[in-house]
Amino acid sequence: MKRKADVVIIGGGVNGVATAYALAKAGLDVVVLEKNYLSSGATGKCGAGIRQQWSTAENTELAIRSVQMFEHLSSDLGMDIEFRQGGYLIINHSEKELRQSEENVEMQKRLGLNVRLLDISEILSIVPVLDLKGIKAVGATFCPTDGHANPFLTTFAYANAARKHGATISTHTTVTGIKTKDQHVTSVKTSKGTIHTSWVVDAAGVYSKDIAKMVGIKTPNKPYRKEVLATERLQSMFEAMVISFTDGIYFSQQQEGQIVGGIPIPHEQIGLYKTPTFSFLRHMSQTLTRYVPLLRHVNMLRHWTGFYDVTPDARPILGEDRTVKGFIHCHGFSGHGFMLSPMVSKLLTEYIAYEKTSPILDRLNLDRFEGSNLTQEHSVVG
Amino acid sequence: MKHHAIVCRCEDITEQDVIDAIHQGYTDLEELRRKLRIGMGPCQGRVCISLVKKILEKETGKKVSVESYPTSRPPVIPISLGALAKKTRGENETKS
Ligand SMILES: Cc1cc2nc3c(=O)[nH]c(=O)nc-3n(C[C@H](O)[C@H](O)[C@H](O)COP(=O)(O)OP(=O)(O)OC[C@H]3O[C@@H](n4cnc5c(N)ncnc54)[C@H](O)[C@@H]3O)c2cc1C
Ligand code: FES
Repeated sequence: MKRKADVVIIGGGVNGVATAYALAKAGLDVVVLEKNYLSSGATGKCGAGIRQQWSTAENTELAIRSVQMFEHLSSDLGMDIEFRQGGYLIINHSEKELRQSEENVEMQKRLGLNVRLLDISEILSIVPVLDLKGIKAVGATFCPTDGHANPFLTTFAYANAARKHGATISTHTTVTGIKTKDQHVTSVKTSKGTIHTSWVVDAAGVYSKDIAKMVGIKTPNKPYRKEVLATERLQSMFEAMVISFTDGIYFSQQQEGQIVGGIPIPHEQIGLYKTPTFSFLRHMSQTLTRYVPLLRHVNMLRHWTGFYDVTPDARPILGEDRTVKGFIHCHGFSGHGFMLSPMVSKLLTEYIAYEKTSPILDRLNLDRFEGSNLTQEHSVVG
Repeated sequence: MKHHAIVCRCEDITEQDVIDAIHQGYTDLEELRRKLRIGMGPCQGRVCISLVKKILEKETGKKVSVESYPTSRPPVIPISLGALAKKTRGENETKS
């Protein structure tokens, strides 16, 4: 194993390898350490939906600029990541939700997003199989450039491209400690030896909290258990991802034809419990067949568990720690870390390689939790 | 020689597809599975995973440990959403 590097990245999920790629491309000597295999964390469990319709400006801007990067990522990385833009349809069920949507759309448009409010009659032209009465829809918003990519292929494509630019990726290598001197990162201890470095990126997903603890930093993140269901493959019926903040459901039909989706688990507990539950299956099937009654006759094939790494305001924690120099936070993605990965890797690379900071990095620093005025992200599902 | 034998029937993956992916560097059973979608079909890998394991061992010359077998995910057999959604008699709301 290498004994020295410019930057050590902890975590071989999409954010870790995307950042490795961008840093290696900028000419830095990068090592990624992954305790299992690439995409073994949340990245390999995720819905991989890519949505720009958020209620906070930070998430919206990160997502818009990420989509611009996703649009040519396959050719940049030299491998097809199956990026597809079928749009996101957000169903509104009440006057209150409609008003919130109007507000969101206004902010999103200001940031340059192609998004619009739909009335009831327009919804079916986008997803014809929906039972609008059954779900009590009163309106919707739609953004045609939202979409989806294959999370495994995206991770592998970033990793392969990072290796081409000279990065080292060590899987089955666990980080066990981080050394600092005068509040400055100096080395990383692993199950396979020590690496000297002055930069560490904490991209360890739900375990980012334990990594931060190694240098005495306390983070407010909590693991939330999530489950996903996938059906057998069907003829193509719709391209958009359908979501509802009232019901918490999201579902879409993948390119291969299966319907994949999730919903908050009834009686959800915080913690790292892995076994899938029957109560999720029940609740998801009941809600999904209410949205699309014909799915009653369709078989579910697979069902799995993953974890959201959730922050108090549902926005990620990014950038250098204010007390431990060289320690970069890259976690707390709260269920939307796949879609933001292109911009996250870009901003962190500009900071580490070119000492360039940005207003977004400043606003998403860990120190925001010291104040009392948090801007809450409301547009969360799953 | 091309190896046309189908290894994963559900996802239509041949022995050659597996060998090619291994040579591209996907030498971890889990990474291989995610690259090719092996084991993600209706049988959940009951047919193909042990075959893929053998090919991986042959190509890399390394033994693949049983602990690194992918997790099988519920359900054991496909079941309709309608059946899952059905309320049992006397039940008013979803119970866990
Ligand atoms: C069910 C579900 C659905 C989701 N749907 C979406 C969606 O539609 N769109 C979206 O954008 N996001 C979605 N997300 C969220 C998204 O998956 C995550 O935000 C994103 O994948 C996080 O990537 P990451 O690289 O930061 O972390 P992870 O992918 O979690 O990677 C962290 C890695 O760090 C490794 N690690 C941990 N500790 C150590 C250590 N000590 N040493 C070495 N390695 C270590 C882990 O093994 C892991 O591989 C979903 C998540 C779930 C669970
Ligand atoms: S044969 Fe491979 S998943 Fe069924």
